[in-house]
Amino acid sequence: MISADLNIILPEILLAVYAMLALVGAVYTGKDKLASPLVWATAAVMLIMALWIGTTGSGTRVGFFGMFNDDAFSRFAKVVILIAAACVLIMGEAFMKRHNLLRFEYPVLVVLSVIGMMVMVSAGDLMTLYMGLELQSLALYVVASLRRDSEMSTEAGLKYFVLGALSSGLLLYGASLVYGFAGTTLFSGIIAAAGTGQLSIGLLIGLVLMISGLAFKVSAVPFHMWTPDVYQGAPTPVTAFFATAPKMAAMGLFARLLHDAFGAAVSDWSQVVALIAVLSMFLGSIAAIGQRNIKRLMAYSSIAHMGYALIGLAAGTQAGVQAMLVYMAVYVTMNVGTFAFILSMQKDGQPVTEVDSLGMYAKREPGRALAVLVLLFSLAGVPPLLGFFAKLGVWQAAIASDMYWLVVASAVASAIGAYYYLRIVYLMYFGEDREDALDAGGSPVLWGFLAASAFVMVAGVVNLFGIEGAAAAAAATLVN
Amino acid sequence: MASLLSIVTFLPALAALILALFLRGGDAAGDRNAKVFALVATGATFVISLFILFQFDPADTGFQMVEQGRWIMGLNYKMGVDGISVLFVMLTTFMMPLTILASWDVKLRVKEYMIAFLLLETLMLGVFMALDMVLFYLFFEAGLIPMFLIIGIWGGKDRIYASFKFFLYTFLGSLLMLVAMVAMYADAGTTDIPTLLSHQFAFADFEVLGVHIVGGMQTLLWLAFFASFAVKMPMWPVHTWLPDAHVQAPTAGSVVLAAILLKMGGYGFLRFSLPMFPVGSEVMAPLVYWMSAIAIVYTSLVALVQEDMKKLIAYSSVAHMGFVTMGIFAANQQGIDGAIFQMVSHGFVSGALFLCVGVIYDRMHTRDIDAYGGLVNRMPAYALVFLLFTMANVGLPGTSGFVGEFLTLMGIFQVNTWVGLFATSGVILSAGYALWLYRRVVMGDLIKESLKTIQDMTPRERWIFAPLIVMTLWLGVYPAAALDIIGPSVEALVSNHETAVAAADLGGATVAQSNH
Repeated sequence: MISADLNIILPEILLAVYAMLALVGAVYTGKDKLASPLVWATAAVMLIMALWIGTTGSGTRVGFFGMFNDDAFSRFAKVVILIAAACVLIMGEAFMKRHNLLRFEYPVLVVLSVIGMMVMVSAGDLMTLYMGLELQSLALYVVASLRRDSEMSTEAGLKYFVLGALSSGLLLYGASLVYGFAGTTLFSGIIAAAGTGQLSIGLLIGLVLMISGLAFKVSAVPFHMWTPDVYQGAPTPVTAFFATAPKMAAMGLFARLLHDAFGAAVSDWSQVVALIAVLSMFLGSIAAIGQRNIKRLMAYSSIAHMGYALIGLAAGTQAGVQAMLVYMAVYVTMNVGTFAFILSMQKDGQPVTEVDSLGMYAKREPGRALAVLVLLFSLAGVPPLLGFFAKLGVWQAAIASDMYWLVVASAVASAIGAYYYLRIVYLMYFGEDREDALDAGGSPVLWGFLAASAFVMVAGVVNLFGIEGAAAAAAATLVN
Repeated sequence: MASLLSIVTFLPALAALILALFLRGGDAAGDRNAKVFALVATGATFVISLFILFQFDPADTGFQMVEQGRWIMGLNYKMGVDGISVLFVMLTTFMMPLTILASWDVKLRVKEYMIAFLLLETLMLGVFMALDMVLFYLFFEAGLIPMFLIIGIWGGKDRIYASFKFFLYTFLGSLLMLVAMVAMYADAGTTDIPTLLSHQFAFADFEVLGVHIVGGMQTLLWLAFFASFAVKMPMWPVHTWLPDAHVQAPTAGSVVLAAILLKMGGYGFLRFSLPMFPVGSEVMAPLVYWMSAIAIVYTSLVALVQEDMKKLIAYSSVAHMGFVTMGIFAANQQGIDGAIFQMVSHGFVSGALFLCVGVIYDRMHTRDIDAYGGLVNRMPAYALVFLLFTMANVGLPGTSGFVGEFLTLMGIFQVNTWVGLFATSGVILSAGYALWLYRRVVMGDLIKESLKTIQDMTPRERWIFAPLIVMTLWLGVYPAAALDIIGPSVEALVSNHETAVAAADLGGATVAQSNH
């Protein structure tokens, strides 16, 4: 019994053991001198894990009396999370070293938060959900303020922590209400207690509070306020991490909670999620227009993108979950590429985040500018790039659920949103050549990630690299 | 050749890829290579596309040379041509080598310029051949990216404003179309255009927010498509992006814009709006008639007072597109035949007119009409060419411009005499602005000091115009060359439309008809 249970969480256990060994080992030996190899080793471990989970896992296994699931859905999310985290670690290594930020705790903390995320997407119980969420969040609070001597960075960490604690409070309160009215914390128990049709008022309030807590984690409006400040304040590699893996994990958890625990009451939550989605898309698209700092801009962009992904959830169907998963995978890929570029933005060795410094970048670096152009048009959702297909998928799902207004609203939002992506293209290609323009060149590693991400956006049109099938299988196990 | 259409479509894109990866740009030799390579590629595309024309059987009203394959997200890759689209395909492949040739004097980032145009050609061809709705949208929309860059990088003084206006205007319109497409998919369960053509969308009246909608679902879908195609066309009052984009675009950009990109709107009406939503079209037709009539009269008047040559021609394009929309929604054989003919003819004529402006702009670097006068004294060949295309623009019998205007007017007179009357006055106005432009630029004495040394057209420029002159006159004298190809397909379209409208037997449609 126990051995079967342990077998199910073997990847998490192994990662945890690795994290602790790395921590202890580094403390007793070289400390920060070991940081660089440790980053590479961690990335390698994560990639191996992703490969292992992605290729060997099959079927659905439930462990610890239903508290922990290992199914196609959790595997899809875990693979995306692990690959994204590994990419971000590799991308950020040189940057961290150059700015004297590379401490051995960094990779260890990233691993710990990744374990939290893996638990989140596998959760089958309110307790597992909360434990995963907190493990993830606590590690993230710390990495946000990694630059200890910078006011911005510590402020970012503190803001994130205080608001995160508030959202955890909301979530816990909601969970306690749900427990009170359902009599169990198991998702399978809750769905049985909820029955079909209208939810009882206690469960409904509990559900809404939990959605609020989760909306904070995916940075959806009206719980988005922390995002721009944290994105701007945190060191850029950490921002890149925030923009990718945790988003996937939180969306995965969102989907799990809504479908596994409240799947019988779709009509009760789908309007709430739809409203959050619309608000996020519009706020993200409009507020980004005035941004001059590219990290803040990407923060608003991520808010808008979470809105589009939530459309898939709002549809409340299997097709919706599938579309959401594809959307998140595409979103993460685009962000990896974009942040690889942002990491390489520098002037005389100092990082630059001003959008205006991109003036006429295309003239000095035609290759990179082209790759960024592809990514930006993909983020804006212009065909024939992959970002368009991601949007098309969630729209198909929403229309199938008769949510026409949501689709029309998101079409308008994406036309507004196109403006600020276009503005960067404009600066790169037709802007002014400025004195303080960016240095040409940059690390080949970052260029590799940028080029690969842009390539995926173009070549993915052929067959989406097969993730469609995996997403379909994942959605099928979640929604039955 | 089994995959002829795909070869023609993707050959320019392949050439663009080769150009991007293997050819060095930046110096004189590299630039020259890029130009020659692009010319060869577009020329080869034209030659291969001739096989499409030869293989095409006008008597068959279905889709021909169909290619099909599975694709992502439940979509299909499907290409094919019918009598309506084949001429647009030919127009595109025909115009592109001329466009490249017209860009011979571009100095700035030549390699990128050629890549942008080659990609644009692939996307435009794709629009006319796609037989899957989403594939169509993909090509339709992706064309914005290279065009945005062409206007923005190689354009004139206010190019930034124009490029943004161009992009955002058309992007918003197309997104609404995309929403309608998703709704159609939800209703019909397929994105396959031939299947959708025979699918009947619901047309029972219903109310949305208290507004009674005659024609129901079909009318709403029609409106969503209209939002996109009307902007692309462009129709009054959403035409304002066009003069800006034209004035700021480089000469070749203007040619592509006027000759091919504008035709996508008309093609869209013929491929989607009219056959798929016959009831919606019937309900909304009066609106289109009046919008077209206003466009013809209003933009002709606006053209009269323009100081900038390109702007004048741009407004005249809007007026000519008014004839097209009017003809399409007249929904009879003459109207639609005329609309397609007018689009093809306008492709040659307006393209040539923009090239005419380009010729003197390259010499004097101004498009102000006041800066010219008496060019005939030093540029006789140019004066002749310009005269021919001015006359074609006016619609002089014997040129292709006449046939299109005449047929569309004949179509509309059968449906709505008042609109026909208004539209016909546009013919007179167009003579006014076009001849006046010609008088101010070409005729009179050569008194301006700066023009005293201007040179006549170079051999390269003459060669660009030669095929256009041939086509304009040939189609003007023997329009059956084109009408025989489009005729049977249009006939099928019209009879299907009439059957569908008769079957619907809408009380609402007759109410809408009796409004005027």
